[in-house]
Parts: sequence; structure tokens; C-alpha cells
Amino acid sequence: MAVKPPVPVVPAPVWKDFKDLQEWQALHQRRPERGDKQSSVYESITEGIHRFPGGFLVTTPADAFFNWARKSSVWPVTFGLACCAIEMMATFASRFDVERLGMVPWASPRHSDLMIVSGTVTIKMAPMLERIYDQMPDPKWALSMGSCANSGGPFRHGYHVVKGVDRVIPVDVYVPGCPPPPESLLNGLLLLQEQIGHFRRTGRRAPPAPKVD
Amino acid sequence: MTYPEARGRIAEFAGAEVTADGPPLAVAVPAAAWADFARFAQTRLGCCFFSFCSAIDWKADGLEVVAWVANLDANVSLVFKARLGAGVTACPSLTPVYRGADWMERECFDMFGIRFDGHPDLRRILLSDDWDGHPLLKSYPVDAPHPPYR
Repeated sequence: MAVKPPVPVVPAPVWKDFKDLQEWQALHQRRPERGDKQSSVYESITEGIHRFPGGFLVTTPADAFFNWARKSSVWPVTFGLACCAIEMMATFASRFDVERLGMVPWASPRHSDLMIVSGTVTIKMAPMLERIYDQMPDPKWALSMGSCANSGGPFRHGYHVVKGVDRVIPVDVYVPGCPPPPESLLNGLLLLQEQIGHFRRTGRRAPPAPKVD
Repeated sequence: MTYPEARGRIAEFAGAEVTADGPPLAVAVPAAAWADFARFAQTRLGCCFFSFCSAIDWKADGLEVVAWVANLDANVSLVFKARLGAGVTACPSLTPVYRGADWMERECFDMFGIRFDGHPDLRRILLSDDWDGHPLLKSYPVDAPHPPYR
């Protein structure tokens, strides 16, 4: 009777061993503020009202109201690049029905608040993606859907693939999966709504704070 | 036309050597006879359909070009390949023989940097025009930087 060889003990991965992820984190911290073009006049006016005695009674409910309005009508522009787009279409269709969350999939970037990047971003496609993102009115959000858009996925070491769409545009929510099922995407959209609910009074969002072990 | 008949006719062509029996019949030809053999396959073997053209990088032994043509009436397919030799990147073009070889050779040029002499419009087809290097060569570095995106 053959004896099975013992399974070698593999040490648990440590965060500092992931050179790629450190690179990603460094890139995130360097990331310029983009997608938040706010006039300094608006910022100083809201800040002034807020600091005026009793002014917070105006700004806080107004803030909550605007955030509620923003998060209840997120219109995603669909940037379907690969097979993830099929799951995204399933999410938009009647079985999963994102319209009950106030989301209308829109085919024009000029009327949209959110860009769902679903699929592999190639180096040749990246300038077009950037251009479409720039056409969206502020404030705007981006959701990276699937392994390819998050990090390059299985094609990460290919010669033509951008290693994550966050090297092209700032991303607010990452949805993992290959491809993520509609439930995952819905979860990501709900997380995004939660983020939008905490949008700041000055029109600026909180800096990204990735949770790491 | 059957596979044994095709083998018999290929024996008439000087320098061609059948390396594997069909289907598809694999033939090794010298690089100098690359276009002549294509003309021969088209006229004598009736292989009018050009399926694809690609290349293999054998590192120190140089590049090898591969083409697949087929006689669709007789259901005979033929793969012929030629070693270009170490350091050689020039090869005769098949576009004068097969119109379908045009874009395939452009892709081959794009990925391997093989210059097809006699091609009417040899430029990159898939990658952008300002791309550095030819990515399917074994000497192309993995994770080559491509600013500003990677």
C-alpha cells in the first residue's frame, strides 16, 4: 500500500512579500486628485457657511440631502470590454434589476455619474478610456469590475495589458471575480452608494484607505 | 488529389522535405524557396486557400516562418515552414501569390519583426505605430514598461 508523501507546509503569505501589491499601494498614495473638479469659490462658500455660528444647521441637512440625491440616482456609463460585460448586462436586466436602486445604464458619458469598467484594459484602449472618463461631468465615480480591470488578472504579464485600470483613472470600488457574478457587482454598487453617502461637504471625497493586514 | 498524391508531387520540388504525414502534411522548405514553394502549392497542389502565416522564435537558431494552405475541394491541408537562420529577419512575401497573406504577414511583422520583401504595405496592424520592439520574440522582456500606463 502506497504511503502518501506528507504535504509540504507552505508559510502563509505576508503583505511585505507582495511586491506587486506594494507597487499598487504606492501608486494609490501618489494618485493625483482627479475627477473632483470643484471651484474654489464653492468650496470656500460652503466652508464659510459651515463655520458661521449656527451655519452647520444649514450645511449638514443640505449635505445629507445632496448625498441622498446623488446616491439614489447613479447613472452608470457602461464600459464593457470583455466577458465581464455579459455579467454587467445581466445585472442591468430584469432578473437583478439595478433600476430599483435608481441606476439607469446610460450609453453616453456626458449624462453619467459612474463608469463601470468591466474587462481587460489594453494599452491601446487606455487612452480612449481616459478620454471617456474625462467627458463625464463631476462629481464622478469609477467601479473596476473583475480581475482584469482590478489588476490585469490572468493577462497581467502580457505585453499589451494595463495592470489595473487604477493606473489610468482613479477607482472607487473594486469588485473581485473572474467574472464577478451579478450579486458581486450589486454588492459593489451598494458599497459605492454607501461611499457616495459620505461625500464631503466641500465636494471632495475621502482619501482612499485600503484595508491591509 | 489525395495525401499520397500530394506527397508524390512534393517530391518533385527540389529542396522540399515532408516532415510529418497528413493531415495536415508538414513540409520543410529552404528559406530561399519560400515563395516558389507557395506558388508550387497553389498551382500544382491546388491549395488555393491561405489559412494563416505565423512564426516561431527558436532563440539562438533564429526564426522559423510557418504557413498553412489548403485545397478545399480535395480536403487536403498543407503546412510548410522555413528556417530563416540565426539573426535573419528578412523573408520573401507570399502576398503576390496569396492575397490573403497580406494582413497575416503584417501581423507576423508586428509580433516577430520579420520583414517580408515584396509586401505592398508592411506596417504594424495590431499594436500602435509607436510601439517599441516585437512582443512575441523570446528576447522581449516580460513586463516591459510602456509609459504612462505600465
